[in-house]
Formats: sequence, structure tokens, C-alpha cells
Amino acid sequence: MDFDFLFHSFFALTITGLVVGSIYALIALGYTMVYGVLQLINFAHSEVFMYGTFAVGWTVIALGGVDTTGVAAAIGMLLVALVAAMIVSGAVALLVERLAYRPLIKRKAPKLVALISAIGMSFVLAEAMGLRSKIFDAFGIDGAFIQPYVARSRDDMAMPDIADPIQLFDIGDYTVNSVDVVVIVSAIVMMVLVDQFIRRSRVGRGIRAVAQDPESAALMGVNSTRSVQLTFLIGGIMAGVAALLYMIYIESTKFDVGFLLGVKAFTAAVLGGIGNLRGALVGGLVLGVAENWGGALIGSQWQDVISFVLLIIILLFRPTGILGESLGSSRA
Amino acid sequence: MSTPVKSTKPAARKRSFRELVDGLPKFVKVLLVLLLIVFLYALPIIEPPFISTPDVDFGGTLFTVATYCLVALGLNIVIGYAGLLDLGYVGFYAVGAYTVAVVTAAHGSWPFLLAVPLAVVAAMISGVILGAPTLRVRGDYLAIVTLGFGEIIRLIAVNNNWLGGSRGINEIARPQSIELFEVPHIDWSTGQPLLDLDNTTVFLKFGILDLIPYYWMALTAVLIVIWADRRIKDSRVGRAWEATREDEDAAELMGVPTFKFKLLAFALGAFVGGLSGALFASKQAFINPTSFLLLLSILFVAAVVVGGQGNRYGVLLGAALVAYLPERFRGFEDWRVLVFGIVLMVLATFRPQGLIPPRRTVRAKQAEAEIAVLEGEAPKDEA
Repeated sequence: MDFDFLFHSFFALTITGLVVGSIYALIALGYTMVYGVLQLINFAHSEVFMYGTFAVGWTVIALGGVDTTGVAAAIGMLLVALVAAMIVSGAVALLVERLAYRPLIKRKAPKLVALISAIGMSFVLAEAMGLRSKIFDAFGIDGAFIQPYVARSRDDMAMPDIADPIQLFDIGDYTVNSVDVVVIVSAIVMMVLVDQFIRRSRVGRGIRAVAQDPESAALMGVNSTRSVQLTFLIGGIMAGVAALLYMIYIESTKFDVGFLLGVKAFTAAVLGGIGNLRGALVGGLVLGVAENWGGALIGSQWQDVISFVLLIIILLFRPTGILGESLGSSRA
Repeated sequence: MSTPVKSTKPAARKRSFRELVDGLPKFVKVLLVLLLIVFLYALPIIEPPFISTPDVDFGGTLFTVATYCLVALGLNIVIGYAGLLDLGYVGFYAVGAYTVAVVTAAHGSWPFLLAVPLAVVAAMISGVILGAPTLRVRGDYLAIVTLGFGEIIRLIAVNNNWLGGSRGINEIARPQSIELFEVPHIDWSTGQPLLDLDNTTVFLKFGILDLIPYYWMALTAVLIVIWADRRIKDSRVGRAWEATREDEDAAELMGVPTFKFKLLAFALGAFVGGLSGALFASKQAFINPTSFLLLLSILFVAAVVVGGQGNRYGVLLGAALVAYLPERFRGFEDWRVLVFGIVLMVLATFRPQGLIPPRRTVRAKQAEAEIAVLEGEAPKDEA
């Protein structure tokens, strides 16, 4: 147990934990919403996120990211990338709903089968990305213009450097930089926006109604298919935001990057109380920080073990997660 | 609303395979089963064209199929009978494999046959250790907790030098060879089956090159487990599982100690998983943590669900497909995960109850359809 290290770099560990935790939280939102409405684990959500990271990387490459220097240009580029990631992730999320869930929900298939179909979809999406050069070859599309996007499709794709993070201020002995602030603030802002949207808007009420009781909701004139679609779409858009933040922070992606992050994000969702939007935020942040602290105490190679052990412990003492579950029962 | 009632006549439906078999006299049934078993043992010797794998060793492929079958039988107890979703089953498989590796190679030199019981017991204990705290949490959470358990086992193996770290453990003991006689293979290269006396398998020589004896060993284990599975499914325990799966509260009210039976299912599932892992370690002679990725757990669950959870022959078919198809189509190696994903989706959509669903499910469906007809509704398409 290395308490010295934990106390010496307490702020560094805490803040980087919060940064990673915010990304977990945004991805967790997609799991928690789909679970809240359908009571199904959307296994393919990690792939929704992964497509977002690629959308960010490609947009920046397409805009010629490497050469820009100005902060304004960098911010503009990131905003374009953000929009691209939101569109791509949202579209992939809708595709998942259409292909892997709707046919099964119509047939009232058992839960486990929906999980299998989502796992299948997850494989298809990840492999389609990992085989993109071969797929383009098979369709006879090649040429210099497409090479930067598909070359070495099974390796890491690095995010082009666009601007160095700016050192902002010190907390303890850790210098907070602009990336840390951007990630944490935008994650929290997005979570608040979604939370308010679900609580206050008409469609948000529809989603909550479907989560509580799909049949009564249908009788009251809520289009449940549309509500489910919207749930996937919001989850996808948030995964797109997460993808941008991830690419700013980690700066590299790969076709199978979604898997571990997806597991972590789902853990975060369960930790906070699945189906609970605020729980996703709390769970994500707690998980990120706990991982860092625990890693500092007993070695960073045990980080993943720590997060799972934490999950088991919390579920034992509070089986519905930290904030309790249910999207439907949230007060309006 | 008076929609014309479609007439579905249950009496006129085609006789199922099951009824056909049930109608046969007993000695014919026994004979058929024996023939099937003999055929299964002889399969790697016959090497039938089209079925045998052109790019990889056929005996090795069959061994893989047999271990997957074993795993599927064990996981079927957990998922199919007791209704507990276990996404970390590879953890038990790894415990079995590592136990054998540790006591026969890394920190001891036990013979393989002594190591197997230890491996199985170790896997069972790990099942109880995982199950005792977690089986009280709700079903969906169990999935993620077990997923975490599978990862924890793998990460412990990666980070622990006593377990060989990420390099793994090699020179794991093989089973004791008893060389009795040689079995010639059959050669199909001319289009006619010919005995090939140059290409033989020594009966029970557990070497490096010829993997067929390992297949025989694994097949024997599969047959024993099928037999035990039949006994236990039809016993009080099997009925208790079924009751727990269908309605836990009702089962508890009827006096079924549901927690105990869930734990038993977990332990028995772990038992079979550990056995499978032990056989795998011995055939491989070398294991490292990458042999036990989370993906494997997901493949195992896929095998059970695709085959038909709750039906032991269904899950055997599912396991055989999941293990065999990727080996048969090695030529498309790059594409196989993609194709596998598509197959999973298509099967889940068009045959959600699995390839061979349990008889109970089929009967329940029929009853539902009949009730729907009686109530004057148009029968729903398969729900």
C-alpha cells in the first residue's frame, strides 16, 4: 500500500480521475437511458461511442488539422468535429435500435435474446470499422483521397495535434490545463441539459411514461417506438460528445476501443443506479476517481480490478446503486 | 369486431422429431444412441470430406468443439435451468486451467489425472465465492458483476508472477499415455473411402502432433456430463431450478430455498467449466492470460442462447456451431467475427428461442396459440 504516493499526488489523481470519470459518465448515459426505457443492456453502445471517436479523428484530418496553430481555428475545428461525432454516433445508435432491437421488441423476444442480438451488432460494427480498408477494397474504392481514413485499419488511429493544452491554474501541486476543464465542464453541462430535457420537455415526459408503463403510455397517445428511438438518439449524441472529449484527452482510438470503455461506463451506470440520469454522472465520477486512488495505492495494473470490486461491494450494500434506479420514477 | 377466426388444428400438426423417436421400441432407441456415440468417437478417423477442416488439424478442431460443448453444458445449467445470466463464465474455465497448470508445471509435478479433480474443486469453490455474495442482487446486475469477475480472474493472472504473469505457464502435464494399438485413418482423396495404413492414430497416445486422443478424452467427459445433466435435470433439484427461474417469489413461497439452489447451479456450472478448462490446459500444454479473454465468455453465452437455452442438445448444437464454423472457414479468417456477428443478429431476430428450444417452451407456445384461438383472437405470429 503506497499511501505516500496517494497523498503526494492527491490532487493530480483526483482531477485526472474526474476527467476520465466525466467521459465514463457521458457514455454511461446511453446505457442508463436505454436500460431505463427497455430494461435491456445495450451492448452495442460502446460501438456507438467508438464510431464517434473516428468521426472526430477523420473530421480533424479532413480539415487539415496538423497545420493549424491559432486557438480560434482549433476551437472551430473541434466544434465541427463535435457536430460530426454527434451526427455519426446518433446515426449509429438509431441503426442499432432499428436492426438489433426493434425486430425483437416487436416479437416480444426474451431479454437474453436481445442481449445476444446487441452483442452481434456490436461485433458487426466493430469489425466493419476494423476491416474498413478491406471493405473499401472489396467495393473497388481506393485512391489517395481515402487512404488517410482507411489505412492500417486494425491499428491505432492517432488524433492529429491541433493545439497544445494551456496551463491554467494550480490546485495543490497539480497544474490544471484547459483540456481537464473542457472535459469536466462540458460533461457536466451536457448531463444537466439531458436531465432537464427528460424532466421538462414534452418528449421527455413521453420517454418517462414509456419507461414506467409502455402499454398505458401507448393508450395515452405516446408513440412508444418514437420514444425508444429518441432514447437511443440522445444516448448516441451523448456518446458523440464523449467521443470528442475522449479524443481531446486520450488522442488515439482503435476499432476495439469501445469494449473496455463500454464495460467501465456500464459499471458506472450500475454504480450510480441504472436508469437514473444523475446516477450516471455520480457513478462515472466516483468510478474515475476510485480507479485512480486505488491504482495509486496498490499499483496501476490493478485499476480494472478495483473498479469491479468496488462495483460488487456497492451492489452488496446498496443493490440499486448509489442514487437508486428508475428513469420512470424520477419526479417531474 | 368480428374477425374471421383462422382455424389452426393442433391435432393435424406434423409429428415432431421427439414424438417420432418416442414411438420407437426401446432397444432401437438404445441402438441408435450407441451408433451415434460410436460415430462421434470415429469422426476424426473418418475425416468425412466437407465436414473435415482443410486448413487446420481436424482432431484439434473436434477437441475445441468438445470443450465448447462441455462449457455450454455447464453454462446451460446456470443460464438455461436456473435463469442466471453469467457473462464471466470464462473465469471458471481459467480457474480450472490455471489450477492444472500450477500443480503440474509451475509449482509441482502432479500427474494430470490427479490435477483434474483439484481443478474442478477449485473452480467450484470460486463459483461459490462469487455466487454467495452476488446471487442476491437482481438478475441484470448479476450479468455485469459476473463480467467483472471474469476480468478480475484474468487480471490477477496477468499481474501475478506466481501464476506466470503475462508470459503464462508452459509444459503443462499431458495425460498418461497407454499405447495399446494403432487405428488407421480413412483417406478420401480418391473420392472413395480407403483405409490409409500409413496415417494412423495410436490409441491413447497423448502426444503433440496427434490431437485425436485429446478429442476422445473430451468427448468422454461430454458424454458423462450429459448423463449427469439428465439425472439432475429430472430430479427435485432440476424442478427447483425451473421454479426459481419462472417465478422466484412463488418458488420461495412453495418452500424452495431459491438462494441455495441458485448457488448450487452456480457451483455445478463452475464445476463443468473448470473441467473444460483443465482439459484445455492439458491439450494446449501452454496457457497465458490471453487464452481467457472476455470475448470467450461472450462466445460461450452466444453458444447457449443460439442453441436454445434450457435444452441440452440445443446448447450442444450451438456450441458445436460456434466452435466449428470459424475453424472450418479459416480461409475467411479476417471476416469471421463480422460474419459471426451477423449470424448472431439474424438468429436472434428470426429464431429467438434458439435452434432447438426446450420442449417446455414449445408446449407453452402451443398452449398460448390454442388459448388465443379459443378466445377468438387471431393467433399471434411467433412471439
